[in-house]
Amino acid sequence: MNTPLKAPVLAVDHVVKRFGKTVAVNGLSLDIRENEFFALLGPSGCGKTTLLRMIAGFEVPDEGRIRLSGSDITEQAPEKRPLNLMFQSYALFPHMTVRQNLAYGLEMERLGKPEISARVEEMLKTTDLQALAGRKPAELSGGQKQRVALARALIKRPKVLLLDEPLGALDKKLREKMQLELKRLQHEVGITFIIVTHDQEEALVMADRVAVLKDGSILQCGTPEEVYERPANRFVAGFIGVMNFIEGEIGADALFRAGGEALACDLGGLKRDQKAVLAVRPENIALKPAGAGVSGTVVDVAYHGLDRQIYVKTALSTVPLQVRVAATGPGASAAQTGAVVSLGFDAATCRLFQD
Amino acid sequence: MSSQTARSNLMALPAVAWLGLFMVVPCLIILAYAFLTRGLYGGIEYTLTAENFQRVVDPLYAKIFLTSVRIAGLATLLAILIAYPAAYAICLAPKRTQPLLLFFAVLPFWSNYLIRTYAWIVLLNREGLINNLLRWFGYEGEPLALLYSEGAVITGLVYNYLPFVILAIYSSLSRLNGELIEASRDLGAGRVRTFFRVTLPLTMPGVAAGGVFVFVLSIGNFVTPALLGGGRFQMIGNLVYDQFLTANDWPFGAALGMVLIAVMIGLLLLQARASSRFSGETQGAANG
Amino acid sequence: MADAWRMKLTGRTILVLVFGFLYLPIAVLVLLSFNDSGLPTTWSGFSLRWYVSLAGNSDILHAAWNTLVVAIFATLIATVLGTMLAIGMETRKRKSTALEALAFAPMVIPDIVLAVALLTLFSRLNVTMGLSTIVVSHVIFDLAFVCSVVRARLKNFDFSIVEASRDLGASSLTTFWRITFPVLLPAIIAGALLAFTLSVDEFIIAFFTSGAGRSSITLPMQIYSMIRFGVTPEINALATIVMGVSAAALLVSQWLNKEQMTR
Repeated sequence: MNTPLKAPVLAVDHVVKRFGKTVAVNGLSLDIRENEFFALLGPSGCGKTTLLRMIAGFEVPDEGRIRLSGSDITEQAPEKRPLNLMFQSYALFPHMTVRQNLAYGLEMERLGKPEISARVEEMLKTTDLQALAGRKPAELSGGQKQRVALARALIKRPKVLLLDEPLGALDKKLREKMQLELKRLQHEVGITFIIVTHDQEEALVMADRVAVLKDGSILQCGTPEEVYERPANRFVAGFIGVMNFIEGEIGADALFRAGGEALACDLGGLKRDQKAVLAVRPENIALKPAGAGVSGTVVDVAYHGLDRQIYVKTALSTVPLQVRVAATGPGASAAQTGAVVSLGFDAATCRLFQD
Repeated sequence: MSSQTARSNLMALPAVAWLGLFMVVPCLIILAYAFLTRGLYGGIEYTLTAENFQRVVDPLYAKIFLTSVRIAGLATLLAILIAYPAAYAICLAPKRTQPLLLFFAVLPFWSNYLIRTYAWIVLLNREGLINNLLRWFGYEGEPLALLYSEGAVITGLVYNYLPFVILAIYSSLSRLNGELIEASRDLGAGRVRTFFRVTLPLTMPGVAAGGVFVFVLSIGNFVTPALLGGGRFQMIGNLVYDQFLTANDWPFGAALGMVLIAVMIGLLLLQARASSRFSGETQGAANG
Repeated sequence: MADAWRMKLTGRTILVLVFGFLYLPIAVLVLLSFNDSGLPTTWSGFSLRWYVSLAGNSDILHAAWNTLVVAIFATLIATVLGTMLAIGMETRKRKSTALEALAFAPMVIPDIVLAVALLTLFSRLNVTMGLSTIVVSHVIFDLAFVCSVVRARLKNFDFSIVEASRDLGASSLTTFWRITFPVLLPAIIAGALLAFTLSVDEFIIAFFTSGAGRSSITLPMQIYSMIRFGVTPEINALATIVMGVSAAALLVSQWLNKEQMTR
């Protein structure tokens, strides 16, 4: 669905935003395609919320332009923009019922009464809120408030829906359920979603494409698979998922050496004879018969239901390596503190970064 | 960002202009008057002088000043001694009834000051309720001269300002983390020691706020000494009143007013500093 | 167990004593106002005669009317200015110490000082003093109290609902009337009621800024001069009415504040 030929619905063009001396967004560019579910992912303070607020119109960039379907909206007032924001706090109007909250945005478009009530009823049905239509926000649970906030923004049929940490206030169970719900809804209404989150798992589960932000700049932008499997740099590698880092150097023979061991690796553009960091995910380290790989001792085991995370002390690094082992099957017996194991690395799944 | 500040300032402007014109400017005029000379027939002469402030420390007026301080101080002390147990008792009541108790403790404070003071005339005068009760219990001597005494003035001040002190101490007490008291008991301190080592120091900001309030309003009070002191106990407030309405010495009245303002500002600054120090400690203790 | 019980008993006793101290003097006044003889010495039966005689006292009726006029105008002006000040102060990015001090000062300045300062100002400006100067003066402290009540509400006001309204297509003016104002309304009314009772009860500033003559005398000024002549049953009746009105206004104000907290 994200065919690169489609024109971007939203274009962020070299945008800079400063607050006093701090640079919140630093010359950032981004194209977002029609019907895309796009995630802005980054730690707090990376500038993702500022970027979202500039797109919504609550902040004006110091430099650069923002275009929506080709027209420049950089300085347009928020109420004039055909896109909507779902607030992190939900920002439901406390003195209005759910139905009145939904109708508010349509009243601002000066639609006729019959049309407004028809669209409100339709949206109440879509979001399964009919039973709660007469309640005030104080009488709703967190999950219900979240649905009302979403419905209130969607009912305007915006070209782009912006979501600021939409699931942040929900507990883990509900969050997982709502992730799928949001994705389903996005397919159903066919609106471009841009979501801001600091939760990498959330971004990977929901988004078609993810942009990883740090210090006001995009470090990598791509599909969840690309970002997870081929991180562009050490920060992205560490920020997304669990990652083992091994400090060492690339020898003249193009092998990665650390702690007296040598591993075959794809150099990925790095030169020989220099320091490097090898990154490998726990699920990409294999348990081998004794003597076939790098040997080590299991120092700790963490139970995770279907599988176990074992911590193996090897000569490669001072920090024990994390290795994922299925709870049943060949490696299961190795998952005991004190067991001596042998680890195998696959050149295809190991990535090298400049230190 | 700057447009938001401009909008905020614009919203505040009418009120700021009103307060500036009708509160700050008059106070500045009074301040200027305090350094001018009284005219022969009560007017103002534009001759700069510090004489008005010298007169404030003249034994005659210094005595009134000291009386005011003593009365206000005693009223403050009594109000705190009554309000603390009251606030503590409200805190001990069930959570649901606390707001109700507090509301009724504060309610009299918002009703007419004159009437509340008048109620004590009804109670204290020679034919008043208390003397009548004494007679009913068999007292046969002369009716007691309860009214028009320093005691009556202090009683009136305590009665009028007590609700606010209860409110201030209550809000300090209710914010106190109950686990701190349990921790102190757990560490081996008894009930009394816990109160003096933990509870009281942590609620000092409320005590200070209430105390400063009573003192400031008492020392500048005019109605209570006039009605319950019967003119026998002059306080600074009455002196200011006299200078403006009977003695017609506005510069001296202005100087006395400035002394009141100075006392007020000084105490408020002291209280602000004390409470910020204490609240810092509260925070640290709550976090730790 | 016995310890906790003793604690509870002590608490109750203190509450009874303190509330007795606070309410007995007022209760005595109210009771005496219904006493036919009007004397504290003997109860000669329930009677409304002092209220009836009050209704025939044209001085008091005139003063009551003046008080009402002053309180209504002062409250209206103070409510608008105080609410605007509160919004202005709470929407600032940075707290302004000068503004904080200015908004706080009217609540703590000794009233006698403010009274003589206003008298000086008005006489310097050669303004003819009367009800209008009392209104101008009362607005000073009224607006400070309105401001503090509305600010308390704004402290837990979620400003993102203002942005949400803009985002949904409302202009800033529409947003104010449809979102900000309705949400603040209970606090604004609560503040206005408080300002009204303060204005009705205020004595010293009104006394100094009412000018010469009896035409602009207010109820507290009337009560003050009556008290100076001694205890009369009529004052008891008047006091009962005045306190009843204040208490009613405060109960409504408190109820509104509570309503909005639970919402």
